[in-house]
Amino acid sequence: MFSRAYRLAVSLPPVLWVGMFLLVPYALLFCYSFWTVSAQQAIVHSWMLDNYRQLVRVNIYWQTLLRSMWIAARVMVFSLLLAFPLAYFLSFHATRRKDLFYQLAIIPLWVSYLVRAYAWKTILGSDGVLNTLLQYAHLTTHPLAFLLYSPFAVVLTLTHIYTPFTFLPVYSALERIPRNLVEASHDLGASQWQTFWRVIFPLSLPGVLAGATFAFVLALGDFLAPLLLGGPSGIMISNIVVSLFGAAYNWPLGSAISFCMLLLVLTLLFFSEKLEKRWSVQ
Amino acid sequence: MATTLEPTIAQPAKPTSGALLTLRNIAKSFGQKPVLRDISLSVAEGEFLTILGESGSGKTTLLRIIAGFERADTGELLMAGARLDQLPAYRRPVNTVFQHYALFPHLSVFENVAYGLKVARLTKTEIVSRVEEALSMVKMAAYAASKPGNISGGQQQRVALARALVNRPRLLLLDEPLSALDANLRRQMQMELKSLQREVGISFIFVTHDQEEAMVMSDRIALLRFGQLEQIAAPREIYSQPATTYTAQFIGLTNLLRGEVKGGMARCNSLVWPTEFPDGAVVFSLRPENIRVAGVTEGDGMVTFRGRIQNRVFHGPTEIWQIQCMDGSVLSMRGGVREEAAHDLDFEFSPQDAIPVRDSTS
Repeated sequence: MFSRAYRLAVSLPPVLWVGMFLLVPYALLFCYSFWTVSAQQAIVHSWMLDNYRQLVRVNIYWQTLLRSMWIAARVMVFSLLLAFPLAYFLSFHATRRKDLFYQLAIIPLWVSYLVRAYAWKTILGSDGVLNTLLQYAHLTTHPLAFLLYSPFAVVLTLTHIYTPFTFLPVYSALERIPRNLVEASHDLGASQWQTFWRVIFPLSLPGVLAGATFAFVLALGDFLAPLLLGGPSGIMISNIVVSLFGAAYNWPLGSAISFCMLLLVLTLLFFSEKLEKRWSVQ
Repeated sequence: MATTLEPTIAQPAKPTSGALLTLRNIAKSFGQKPVLRDISLSVAEGEFLTILGESGSGKTTLLRIIAGFERADTGELLMAGARLDQLPAYRRPVNTVFQHYALFPHLSVFENVAYGLKVARLTKTEIVSRVEEALSMVKMAAYAASKPGNISGGQQQRVALARALVNRPRLLLLDEPLSALDANLRRQMQMELKSLQREVGISFIFVTHDQEEAMVMSDRIALLRFGQLEQIAAPREIYSQPATTYTAQFIGLTNLLRGEVKGGMARCNSLVWPTEFPDGAVVFSLRPENIRVAGVTEGDGMVTFRGRIQNRVFHGPTEIWQIQCMDGSVLSMRGGVREEAAHDLDFEFSPQDAIPVRDSTS
């Protein structure tokens, strides 16, 4: 069909791109994860599993990883709880203002991530909007400390930031459900509620899964929100990686953590894709 | 227009007390556009009624109003004397076979058919026995475990039918269920559907745009046009006694003879015959099969005319001959395939076969 020269010309740029900017860095990362840093702060090109051993032995690493997963899981659940009803309402009940609502739902994506994180900082801080309001209403006498610099602040901010990413796949899954299936369900005697649980929800599962995967994976690797709002108790695994590559100057250990994260995420994506294929009907 | 023609013109079927379903003065508009105007008809217990019409005639909207997916602006629906229009779709003792089947893609054939029974909370043993019975009735028992995506269109059609009938509705609505099938399968399904309907004894309302399908299957045909009931009658009657020019042309082939009656004589171009209709402009419908080549023996009271065969269109068992009459008008006649015919011939028809129809061309 197409000439060899044409196919080469079309496929070469993406292949080069993927090679240069993805495969080569990953390979470098993989190599680094076996190397060590000498007492003189020089990289020693030795092939050892010391870094990986350290990950298991030193509590802070795997504990932070577990905490990051726990934060990501909460973000995932809350984004779904927010995104699903919104997507359902938009897809099935917002007849006239559908486009407007849709734009409103995804408009936060147009605002810089940093701005949104800072916005929460001003809301949650001890002199922030929320605390001032609570004190003004005499609900508290002192500013509530747990609002900012806590896992709570991280979960809240990340949920706000990643809900549109959960909303989009859920919404498109709901939009793909043929409306005559809903009519058929009513026709066969099922009420609104029964129709939702027996037809709409099962058919939306691939989108729910995709949305959940987005929220979990993006939240898991996030480092800005914990940096700005997390405080000492809200540190996530990426913050450790950042400091290892920066001030601590331990690229090999940082690489080992990154590589573990990469494997974790790839495994998650693999199973999520498998499940999604099984749930989506031909 | 002759006033005496009125009795043969489409009458809203009287809502009889024994009727299963009665529609009274149903009207519906979408925005400014009226899609149904003042529809009144009734369906008897065990009747096969076909709603026939072109696309845009409102036939699907009418079906959706009966099913409960749309709400009529005015008018009422009665089932066995009780109001149906105030019930939501899921409370109506009515089931639908959708145009594109609308099978649940995430459920197996068995689960699809069991859906209505599960929702009605029947016992497991009863569900199993009724689903199996329904599936074997439509010859799909072997596919119980298949997903709808893995069976053919004809098979999906049967499953959709089983899924509706398993609930034992009092009335089954079918929205062009055969339109997606190819011609052979379609003819076969027409026969099966008809015998199935006789077997289960449930009233069917069948929507189609195919007049042949309507004639083959129905007890009565309701012809819709621009959201209005043009005529409602048994297939033989609607074919042989069309009330309007539209009906005559939509159902089967016909010749429309426009002319006038004066002093007991009908005159259409050069054709003249005695008639009992009062004076005035008139249109007659004359079916092609009622014209024939004039025999050696003069038929009693036949109208004869001379014409020339312009064209013979092969239709399998018969041909349609285009005859140009001496006055220039062209008539269609159904002729034999083997018949040898000279170019100029005498033709004839019986005046009884020229049916006066109301002019409904617009």
